Amino acid sequence: MLRGLWKLTWIEIKIFLREPLGAIGTIGIPVLVFLVAGRMVGRRAALTSPAASSFIGVGLPVLASVLILIGAVLSLVTIISIYREGGILKRLRATPLRPQTILTAHVMVKLLLSAATLVLMVAAGKRYYPVGIHAPLVGFTTALLISTCSILSIGFLIASIVPTARFAQPIGAVIMYPMMAVSGLFAPVASLPLAAQAVAKVLPLTYAVSLLEGIWKGDAWWAHTRDLTALALTFIVCTALSAKVFRWE
Amino acid sequence: MRPVIQVSAIRKTYGSAVAVDDVSFEVNDGEIFGLIGPNGAGKTTTMECIEGLRTPDRGAITVLGLDPFKDVYKLQERIGVQLQQAQLQKRIKVWEAVDLWASLYQRNAINGGRLLEQLGLIDKRNAWFMTLSGGQKQRLFIALALINDPELVFLDELTTGLDPQARRAIWDLVRGIRERGKTVFLTTHLMEEVERLCDRVAIIEHGRIIDIDSPESLVKRHCPERTVVLATDDGSAADRFRAIPRVEAITCSASQFTIRGSGDDLVTEVIQCLSENRIRVTDFRTILPNLEDVFLKLTGHSIRD
Repeated sequence: MLRGLWKLTWIEIKIFLREPLGAIGTIGIPVLVFLVAGRMVGRRAALTSPAASSFIGVGLPVLASVLILIGAVLSLVTIISIYREGGILKRLRATPLRPQTILTAHVMVKLLLSAATLVLMVAAGKRYYPVGIHAPLVGFTTALLISTCSILSIGFLIASIVPTARFAQPIGAVIMYPMMAVSGLFAPVASLPLAAQAVAKVLPLTYAVSLLEGIWKGDAWWAHTRDLTALALTFIVCTALSAKVFRWE
Repeated sequence: MRPVIQVSAIRKTYGSAVAVDDVSFEVNDGEIFGLIGPNGAGKTTTMECIEGLRTPDRGAITVLGLDPFKDVYKLQERIGVQLQQAQLQKRIKVWEAVDLWASLYQRNAINGGRLLEQLGLIDKRNAWFMTLSGGQKQRLFIALALINDPELVFLDELTTGLDPQARRAIWDLVRGIRERGKTVFLTTHLMEEVERLCDRVAIIEHGRIIDIDSPESLVKRHCPERTVVLATDDGSAADRFRAIPRVEAITCSASQFTIRGSGDDLVTEVIQCLSENRIRVTDFRTILPNLEDVFLKLTGHSIRD
């Protein structure tokens, strides 16, 4: 199973970084925006209003993490569909490589690149956001990993069913962005209209956001059993479904 | 000796379309076996069933003594595959692809550098896949198909889309594979490719195999006609030619005669007739049937239609 996994992952990372906007688009720009925003408002806003302070202290790190996560999911959907359309998946399958190894390698690439982006952001944040990071970083990283695996599995399901590479990005976006709108990222779920709240309840991203915010604020894990269950369920269902419907060509 | 590939009565349908129907054949150790037919005849489906990439609805396949579905990973270790219209990652470097492929096999891979040298790709080892020409891409795919030193190599439409020069170079490479003692199974829709390369060939159309034999035997069996075209001013020539026993038809326009008959001896007999009667000729050529004619005869249409 592990044969070829590291080499494939490493080669895929190199290939990704060779894309014209690969490194700059996924790592550079988010960190840069974070820095610019930090320079402009960070120090001042933190001292003026408690709402702004709470947003920068909790909302912003979670928002940044989720944005990176969604970016990774969309990029995974696109890459898988391009590889399928180009016959690359099929060519890789005509080797002793196990299919799950090929797919795991792509998930690893996304996880590693997201992690690199986050580490740079945390480093940048330390300098510009005096609110201070008292958050449990290990716990938050774990929560983020769980959320990422769960949401990536939705990405995989999308990648399994999109007809062509041309549709991959738009279909992925149409599914992912509305999910963000009601997930509690921009406004607490409780403050949304009732209909939107009902929608939010069935969308896995809502649970990811709730988990991430909670853990960042220092909640105990047991307080988020509901979130963890929802995310695990999403992961299991989507993985099982994509295993059934995934097309190699 | 046990055949390397045994296919018996396989059938494969996609929805209501029958891709392959009741196909049976065997491929022997050390030969280049070709599957020729027009596009959509079922060549790739047949090949991918043997490679373990598809499952036939019916029938049985044995490859190197293995079942391609139950033992697909064991089989992949021992075969080399080049797929039709495959691509690699656009920005993967040539050496990275070879290095990656070498790492996927348990058996000792052969030296990737030497392989690239043999295939004339060593100068391109740091080039991205997307920058390679069609011929270079195909040579890289051959390298990937050979990296595990396979016993059996599959080549699907290897030279499609290549210019004649690149095609000839690839043919030399394929002959080289056979000389290393490996068995080659290839598909093509180019008659010339089969005539230049294959020891035996199966003609496939609409998912069914029409005939299997060596290219020469197929021609001999289905197209025994021979044609001699010659030019002479000798007035008595027409009558002399008619006396040749195997001649079936003679047409004459101006001073050019076209003599048709059957059997290998026709040409010899025409030459004997010319020399015995001291007929002076200013032009002489023979037209021999080829696989193209066999295909036309068996299917009623040309392979390109």
